[in-house]
Amino acid sequence: MTTEMKLPEGAPQEVITHALVRDVDLAAFGGSGTMALITLDNGQDHNRPNTFGPASLQSLDAAITDAIAGKPAAIGLTGKPFIFAAGADLSALGFIQDRTQSLAIGKLGHDVFRRLDECGIPTFAFINGLALGGGLEVGLHCKYRTLASTALTALPEVFLGLVPGWGGATILPKLIGPERAVQVIMLNALNNNTMMKAKDALKLGVVDAVFEPADFIERSIAFAVSILTGATTVERKDYSNDPAWESALATGRAAVLKKYGGAQIASPTAALRLIAEAKSNSRSAGFDAEDQALSDLTMGDALRASLYAFNLIQKKRKKVEGAPKPALARKVTKVGVVGAGLMASQLALLLLRNLKCPVVMTDIDQERADKGVAWVKNELVKTVEKKSMSPEAAQRLSLLITGSVDQSVFAGCDFIIEAIFEELSLKQELFKKLETIISPECVLATNTSSLSVEKMSQGLKNPERVVGFHFFNPVAVMPLLEVARTSTTDDATTATAIAVGKELKKVMIICKDAPGFVVNRLLTRFMGEITDAVDEGTPPAVADSAMSSIGFPMSPFQLLDLVGPGVALHVLKTLHNNLGPRYRISPTMQAMVDQGIRNFYIKNEDGTVVVNPAALALIPKGDSPSTPEHVRTRALNALAIEAKMMLDEGVVATAAEIDLCMLMGAGWPMHLGGILPYLDRSGISDSVCGSRFHPAGVASLP
Amino acid sequence: MSRSVVLVDAVRTPFGKAGSLYAGTRADDLMVRAIRGLLDRNPLVDLRAIDDVAIAAATQTGDQGMNIGRSAALLAGLPNTVPGYSIDRWCAGALTAVTTVAGAIAIGANEIAIAGGVEHMGNHPIGEGLDPNPRFLAERIVEQDALAMGATAERLHDRFPTITKERADKYALNSQIKTAKAYEAGLIQRDLIPTAARNAELGWGIATMDEPPRPTTTLEALSGLKTPFRPAGRVTAGNSSGLNDGATAALLASEEKAIELGLTIKARLVTFAFAGVEPEVMGYGPVPATIKALKQAGLTIADIGLFEINEAFAVQVLAFLEHFAIADDDARVNPFGGAIAVGHPLASSGVRLILNLARSFEAHPEVRYGITTMCIGLGMGGTVIWENPHFKAGVK
Repeated sequence: MTTEMKLPEGAPQEVITHALVRDVDLAAFGGSGTMALITLDNGQDHNRPNTFGPASLQSLDAAITDAIAGKPAAIGLTGKPFIFAAGADLSALGFIQDRTQSLAIGKLGHDVFRRLDECGIPTFAFINGLALGGGLEVGLHCKYRTLASTALTALPEVFLGLVPGWGGATILPKLIGPERAVQVIMLNALNNNTMMKAKDALKLGVVDAVFEPADFIERSIAFAVSILTGATTVERKDYSNDPAWESALATGRAAVLKKYGGAQIASPTAALRLIAEAKSNSRSAGFDAEDQALSDLTMGDALRASLYAFNLIQKKRKKVEGAPKPALARKVTKVGVVGAGLMASQLALLLLRNLKCPVVMTDIDQERADKGVAWVKNELVKTVEKKSMSPEAAQRLSLLITGSVDQSVFAGCDFIIEAIFEELSLKQELFKKLETIISPECVLATNTSSLSVEKMSQGLKNPERVVGFHFFNPVAVMPLLEVARTSTTDDATTATAIAVGKELKKVMIICKDAPGFVVNRLLTRFMGEITDAVDEGTPPAVADSAMSSIGFPMSPFQLLDLVGPGVALHVLKTLHNNLGPRYRISPTMQAMVDQGIRNFYIKNEDGTVVVNPAALALIPKGDSPSTPEHVRTRALNALAIEAKMMLDEGVVATAAEIDLCMLMGAGWPMHLGGILPYLDRSGISDSVCGSRFHPAGVASLP
Repeated sequence: MSRSVVLVDAVRTPFGKAGSLYAGTRADDLMVRAIRGLLDRNPLVDLRAIDDVAIAAATQTGDQGMNIGRSAALLAGLPNTVPGYSIDRWCAGALTAVTTVAGAIAIGANEIAIAGGVEHMGNHPIGEGLDPNPRFLAERIVEQDALAMGATAERLHDRFPTITKERADKYALNSQIKTAKAYEAGLIQRDLIPTAARNAELGWGIATMDEPPRPTTTLEALSGLKTPFRPAGRVTAGNSSGLNDGATAALLASEEKAIELGLTIKARLVTFAFAGVEPEVMGYGPVPATIKALKQAGLTIADIGLFEINEAFAVQVLAFLEHFAIADDDARVNPFGGAIAVGHPLASSGVRLILNLARSFEAHPEVRYGITTMCIGLGMGGTVIWENPHFKAGVK
């Protein structure tokens, strides 16, 4: 019945999820007749979840045909151990060359899945493990769903730049109503791809029953029998006249606005439209609309960039580009943190929670050291209160953190990170002093955001143990860690730093010790164009909103407020001194720091956000204002030029690492692919640098 | 100080042929399924009130290791506060689990306990990892035959020449027929817990019936089978139990507690005995064990109205019957057939005998006493005498 499907040219061979059918005698469960139980299994372990490519869909299609032919009392669908199905096989998506291919794969999924609804036999999805995207959608086509109590489920499509296009965007709103569908399809996906726990999925009505995994399939079949015999009934509400459609969609729109700073992004827009249409359309019409939406997205550069970004993050999370052999890493059993200010305390907490080894902090007086330790302990208490840590685990950790004014406590440390005032001479002095206390192997890491790590290591007896270890604020949340090697940093030191970073669950890049490393250098360059435009007379509102159409999470001045003008100016000055006048010191920013004005935006008493009049008053009255287009062009051009220079200088080895940095360190969105795919597709790379950063097809349409 | 101990309920998974039905299923998962099935059937039991979990396995390594009693309890979702331990008496493991927890209940140390057994002979082939002390043979503590169960069965034929291969085959056929009839009447299925079993090539299936029975076998077919344990022998795959996978679980309680909670009482434990014989003729073990148990109970064989005897080998059942002058096809013996038909996952079988006896008690209120008995490798037998709680004097 289904159209013949082939993989697009160049796509990796499909790992086929086979659909296997067996009969189950329902008499043993107090029912009558048989259930045709379909198992989805790609023959690999749980590290390679079941996915649906064309051959997998055809296998399921054949299984459904077999099942129906046996005239069973019911059809069940379940997965392999720990995994139900993780959705569409995305590996081929990036190779689709024309819209008809895309349309065909969407339609094939619908044609197969909808048989579970339309075959006239009661169908049950027994979601025994992870079910994502198309994996959950195939279950939504079934009449009933059970879920293992430990299984996570989600519709992550909007997170990836897609829509739940195999029935999810249409069936779910009709099944659970607009508010809850918006929660699952929009809010969860936009909130960094939040997955539903079983109790959430049950509460939302996504599934009808939850059972423990120990005998999940047996209990699910018993549930099916109780439905078949009428002992259990499940109410299905008609939501077509629900009063909440408008407000639910508005909630969804607001979430998109917040996530993308007001930019019109194709995937969430399409998802919201499909949800809205589900109010009154037929399932068929909804599926057709999903096919169209999916094809539009698949044939767009934004999705290709998103897939590139997603795969990049997955890959680099596992393997750090250019990392020495992990075996070279030294064991870290005691950690030192120099400084006990907020940043240092955050670092101490992060290290303590993940390494679970003694952490010593020092500061210039005992009171400050005590304050840092107290802060860490209090954070542990809060974590226990939030029930994300057991009291015992917190007790264990709180005994491991100590503070002192005496740096001799660093004796025996394997890894010390400094987070003292950003002043090179202070740091040089500190490292020299530490060398008299610690072993020659102890790694000396610096969390400096822009100072030269190389200079910090000069004059040391063991300069090879110094490494840059640059976090992003807030350190517990931001996933990126820049590991900067100097000309003398040895492999054992780098390997140890990478091993610590892995324990901290960070995504890492290894870069050369260059001013501002990667993220701060690009952000500062970009920011400079905005402040220049303002200083030249562009109204701040115009300059600050110039980038909004491409979908950054926050505007440049919002970012400035988050970082703080003091820190931003400090980084700017370092870059100005080291990289030259293209890093111009903005008089406005200088004035803000001089006068102690910390915010460009302030909140009024009524909650509205306005430009801080005090900041506004500092802006020089320039006479050559730019248009928004002009501001945007110069900012993006600056990014392209700077990125090209960084690659030429060998700050990082590949363009992909720059993208990774902007995705994970600046929170720039996946539909831009970080940033370089966007610069490529908008023609900026070609016009400014003379060539693309990525070949066509890597993070864009071929 | 002794209190009345009762069987509240017993269940089992369907039995499989080793390496077949449950080839993709772990032994501990089978055990967990039996325990959860048992507890599902007895919702009046507060899980926190279970005093102990005794689980038998003949090979206690891998998925039958890690103290299978405690690990199965945890995996079954019993509260952390419920302890567990493992039991080994080879084939009589589950039987010993029952008598051990019964002892604890009788002296008042326990009120409610789970006893069961599991053997996944596909994962743990018989003899796996055994390292017999060389002294056994060097000092003639046992003869070579003692270490191979089939050889001990042949030795039993040697000792009792009137028990011929023909009698053994006929007995085996009868076991298959009785099992087939019991299945037809739905007498076996009611205590089977449907068990999910995955097969990598076929997907998930649900075991709802024993796999080993051969209801269509004939005397001709049986008589033509090879005698693998010696040339011109009498013991064949057809008149022996097979190599099987399965798990059983029973719930025992003090009679007072069972009454207090309103639990079912399916059998009342009278007494039990284990006894040793020459290891070369281990199949004879049920005879002295039964004699001892009857003596303890102050009963005679004539008082026993129902027998559940494990059919490790037909010859071993026949030796028992011959000793007590019971006919080979006596209707009181294994009315649902036995291990020759449904299989013998070693350490799990004891509870299967008990659950069959309990079902027969329901159907025979005229019977007051029944026994469950089995032979045990290295020359032992074990017998438990049970009283029928449904007994009504004067019926029939």
